[in-house]
Amino acid sequence: MSADNSTDFEPKIVGIFCNWCAYMAANLAGTARMLYPPNLRVIRVMCSGRIDPQFVFYAFKNGADGVLLAGCHHGDCHYIEGNVKCLRRYKLMKKILPQFGIEPERLRLEWISASEADKLRKVVGEFVEELKKLGPLGFRGVELEVVEAEKQVRI
Amino acid sequence: MKQKIAFYWCASCGGCEEAVVDLGEVILDIVEKVDIVFWPVAMDFKKEDVEALQDGEILASFINGAIRFSEHVEMVELLRRKSQLVFAFGACACFGGIPGLANACSTDELLKYVYEEAPTVENPDGVRPTPGYEVNGVKLGVPEFLERCKPLDEVIDVDYYIPGCPPSVNVIVDALNALLEGELPPKGSVIASQKSVCHECKLNATKPEKILLKSFKRVWEAEPEPDKCLLAQGFLCLGPVTRGGCGALCVKGNMPCTGCFGPLDGVMDYGAKALSYIASIIDSADEEEIEKILEKIPDPLGLFYKYSLPKSLLDGIRK
Repeated sequence: MSADNSTDFEPKIVGIFCNWCAYMAANLAGTARMLYPPNLRVIRVMCSGRIDPQFVFYAFKNGADGVLLAGCHHGDCHYIEGNVKCLRRYKLMKKILPQFGIEPERLRLEWISASEADKLRKVVGEFVEELKKLGPLGFRGVELEVVEAEKQVRI
Repeated sequence: MKQKIAFYWCASCGGCEEAVVDLGEVILDIVEKVDIVFWPVAMDFKKEDVEALQDGEILASFINGAIRFSEHVEMVELLRRKSQLVFAFGACACFGGIPGLANACSTDELLKYVYEEAPTVENPDGVRPTPGYEVNGVKLGVPEFLERCKPLDEVIDVDYYIPGCPPSVNVIVDALNALLEGELPPKGSVIASQKSVCHECKLNATKPEKILLKSFKRVWEAEPEPDKCLLAQGFLCLGPVTRGGCGALCVKGNMPCTGCFGPLDGVMDYGAKALSYIASIIDSADEEEIEKILEKIPDPLGLFYKYSLPKSLLDGIRK
């Protein structure tokens, strides 16, 4: 199976959202009856600093085509600097994903405050479009073309 | 009658066998209590000798090395049948080990490099190993190269794990004593420390309460100060996330821990945990600066999954 670009592919996105901002934004989007693609499944954590890379890898292993991490803007973290820790881990995860043959674009980090329901809507929409272009993430036993250009130089 | 034990090696470097030899005179006490019925590296027993045993006749088999060939599968399945207990011995059997790093490449990439592209290879006809070949009515063959390198417990049921590259003598002695005295922990236990390497490290006292680093050092770049926590000096020491049991042997030799004892209990993916902790001690909140600091980690997969790639969540997700 090669990368499937057909329009009937609906990517599955696992969102891991901070309780104080992004999750509140999702809540606000809901109460405001904003429409955004239903591809997102949200998991609430108390802080983006709680996002263990194991959660991200577990999501990819179990069928997520993309993972969206969202936390508070810089300086707004409820726990002072949890979001900064998330940023550092995110940067290193982006670096290791291509070594597993996974496009780094499948992992995304956004800062979304409690009032930014519209930003959340936009981000999810964009991410769905991007993942549709990338096609489904393959599973063990399913042959997919590895994007050679994205494989990092091994040292 | 004496109990029987067996040793076997799969995709292994021989270091684990060396570790058994390193037991020194302790091994004499052991052979007084047990008969070694199979040990290809040291004793002349054949596969037929194992086949001739009753099922479950061997008290315990200690199997080292990763599973790379069909032959390994065949042998470990046989030993599993003949043994009451199976110990995964060493990092390769427990997590895939160094041979498991081959999983970062596809089977085809590996064979192409080894049989065609390596600078010391001359193979104009592009000959590759084939599992079956017939000549003059005689069937010849080599074992089949599996699509992935696997840890032992992906192929057979494993009762206990003795990690390490190789396991240190004290850990092997603990395991043998527990076995012979019938004091084994619950099935599935890892026979080593329940705490991290830092707990055993003599430099732990010099580890500051909080570590934040502006830059990482690679071992070839600088000489470590001998009496200061390597991590505090900027060396990427994986001691905090690695299971102890080795007595912080590498740190004693001024080398940072590379994680051969694997994860502590409750960890799903060793490399992810190691990545998480290394990333969190970067002393910057600026995206560009973080990226700059991470340039010192050119190969995160090789660093964080040095011994555990086949056990990782993402191994083989795309091939």
